[in-house]
Amino acid sequence: MASSSYFSLSVLFVAALGFGLAPLGLAWLWARVYSPPKPNAIKNAIYECGLESKGDAWMGFRSAYYLYGIIFLIFDVEAVFLLPFAVAFTGLGAAACAAMLVFVLLLVEGLAWAWAKGVLTWQ
Amino acid sequence: MAVDQNLKIELGKQGIFVTTIEELYNWGRRSSVWPMQFGLACCAIEMIATTMARYDLARFGAEVFRPSPRQADLMIVSGTVTKKMAPQVVRLYNQMAEPRYVIAMGACAISGGPFKQGYNVLKGIDRYIPVDVHIPGCPPRPEALIQAFMTLQKKIDGQPLTGEGRPRHLDAEAQGEFAVPEQGEHDLEPTSNKGVWPVPITIR
Repeated sequence: MASSSYFSLSVLFVAALGFGLAPLGLAWLWARVYSPPKPNAIKNAIYECGLESKGDAWMGFRSAYYLYGIIFLIFDVEAVFLLPFAVAFTGLGAAACAAMLVFVLLLVEGLAWAWAKGVLTWQ
Repeated sequence: MAVDQNLKIELGKQGIFVTTIEELYNWGRRSSVWPMQFGLACCAIEMIATTMARYDLARFGAEVFRPSPRQADLMIVSGTVTKKMAPQVVRLYNQMAEPRYVIAMGACAISGGPFKQGYNVLKGIDRYIPVDVHIPGCPPRPEALIQAFMTLQKKIDGQPLTGEGRPRHLDAEAQGEFAVPEQGEHDLEPTSNKGVWPVPITIR
């Protein structure tokens, strides 16, 4: 076995493994022997913001909320576009103005659709 | 076996470094105290300033403010502890990793400060949890917090690994859970934790 050309390599491998694992093992031993754990109900609680958790985390969220979220996001982005549009309005050409109106119209159409679908009424 | 201090200095001059496990262990502990990211009132602004570049708490190895009590071992109670907030503070303290330390920062945290006569402010967080360092001031300057931190480091440095006065995590008998007060009809109940705070006897 010692005559194998890989023997020295395997010795090095074992040494390297020991070099890595020994400190971990020592730390584990130290913690076991010298640092007795002090668990208690409060420490083991799931929530860690100082408040007591109430109820179950596995609850359903109303999907209607997401529709509101999406519609809000769309008009949020629209506002970002509308602001520079309003600022540069007097210097705009007819093409740019039409492009912007098409953009706004598409969003208004979406809003009208959502309104007709009754998304805006919270049930 | 502690080495004679003079001998140690003499050996140090010759280029020989002598230490003990206790010293090395405490050096590691005091140089990596992780405070909890937790501010209560105006003192928190001074605490934030202390961590920033001008005062630089990072010099002491304490720049890592953890947003979870599980990863923190120092609670800096920075500001007014209202009676609404006190149960949360105690619960957070209970959730922190051992060994845990507490710095009560500012007049409010140590005694209630200017609100001491009020109905809604706790008259010192040391009624419920053991406090290691008290800093007076309203608010204390960052230098005062650094001073408190250095005092805490000195305390950690001075803790032996065995016997009397060893750090809490090495002591199986040390109290791990501190009762969380509840909102009573007129005050928090209990008004202080037994064994943490001796109720002063009022002489009229």
